[in-house]
Amino acid sequence: MELTLNHYLVLSAVLFAIGLIGVMRRKNLLMLFFATEILLNAVNVGMAAISHYRGDYTGQMFAFFIIAIAASEVAVGLGLLIVWYKRTGKIDLDQMTSMRG
Amino acid sequence: MFEAVAFYLFAALTIVMFTITVMTSQALYALTAMAAGMIFISAFFFILGADFLGAIQIIVYTGAVMALYAFGMMFFDTTRNVIEKRNNPRFVVILGGLAAVLVVLIVLAPIVTTDLNAHYPIDTSVGNSQAIGMVLFTKYLVPFEVAAVMLLVAMIAGIVLAGKKMDKSLTLMADEEIALMHALSHDTTEEKGGH
Repeated sequence: MELTLNHYLVLSAVLFAIGLIGVMRRKNLLMLFFATEILLNAVNVGMAAISHYRGDYTGQMFAFFIIAIAASEVAVGLGLLIVWYKRTGKIDLDQMTSMRG
Repeated sequence: MFEAVAFYLFAALTIVMFTITVMTSQALYALTAMAAGMIFISAFFFILGADFLGAIQIIVYTGAVMALYAFGMMFFDTTRNVIEKRNNPRFVVILGGLAAVLVVLIVLAPIVTTDLNAHYPIDTSVGNSQAIGMVLFTKYLVPFEVAAVMLLVAMIAGIVLAGKKMDKSLTLMADEEIALMHALSHDTTEEKGGH
């Protein structure tokens, strides 16, 4: 049984779908961040697989930059979340309505 | 053969872990399940010959990102169950499936239509880390530096946001409250100076 690129792409799509379901069903912002991490990781698997099966380093390079972006997203996002929690005591998406006119 | 066994094993483990992350109502279960899933993801990178990427995955995700989330969760009340509003689960499942099909099409479309040439072909004479370094510091030097600046900005933003006095919003406060806050802060600094 030989593994092909399609195996990895299907896995990547499944993981992406799991992350997407998480993004759509979570109302807690911390859990929403977890789901976005899953999305980024799913894409990374696809990138590395294409890099391997096409014999090109570009996929791995993009995976590195995605990891860097994910790390900075977590730092800024968690900082904002802590500020919001200190102000309101809640991190629910539905209650972030202070910009309603 | 062993490659296939490893692939299916880690695929099943990763899917289970990420499903727990998405579906559980306990924040701590979600955090630990996601840490495990991240480690299992790195197994795919090792199977695919991207050794350096696998090591980076373990260090950055399970080392840095998970530690950051763990520290962040100390601020929140994590023992309480997470409240979710589920008004239409079928809608969510249909959208998720549609989006997954769309992703497969997007990824497959360039492979099916054209014959691709490798820009930076994989060099088997050197190790993966060495080859990555050669490509990263020649062809991708500018994106690398930009990513470094972005990480610096993110670090400063994280420090500033989690610092003191960021829990007060000047836009949401009345003018009298702001004046009172300024007066109080002046008093305290003078007291400290006096002692």
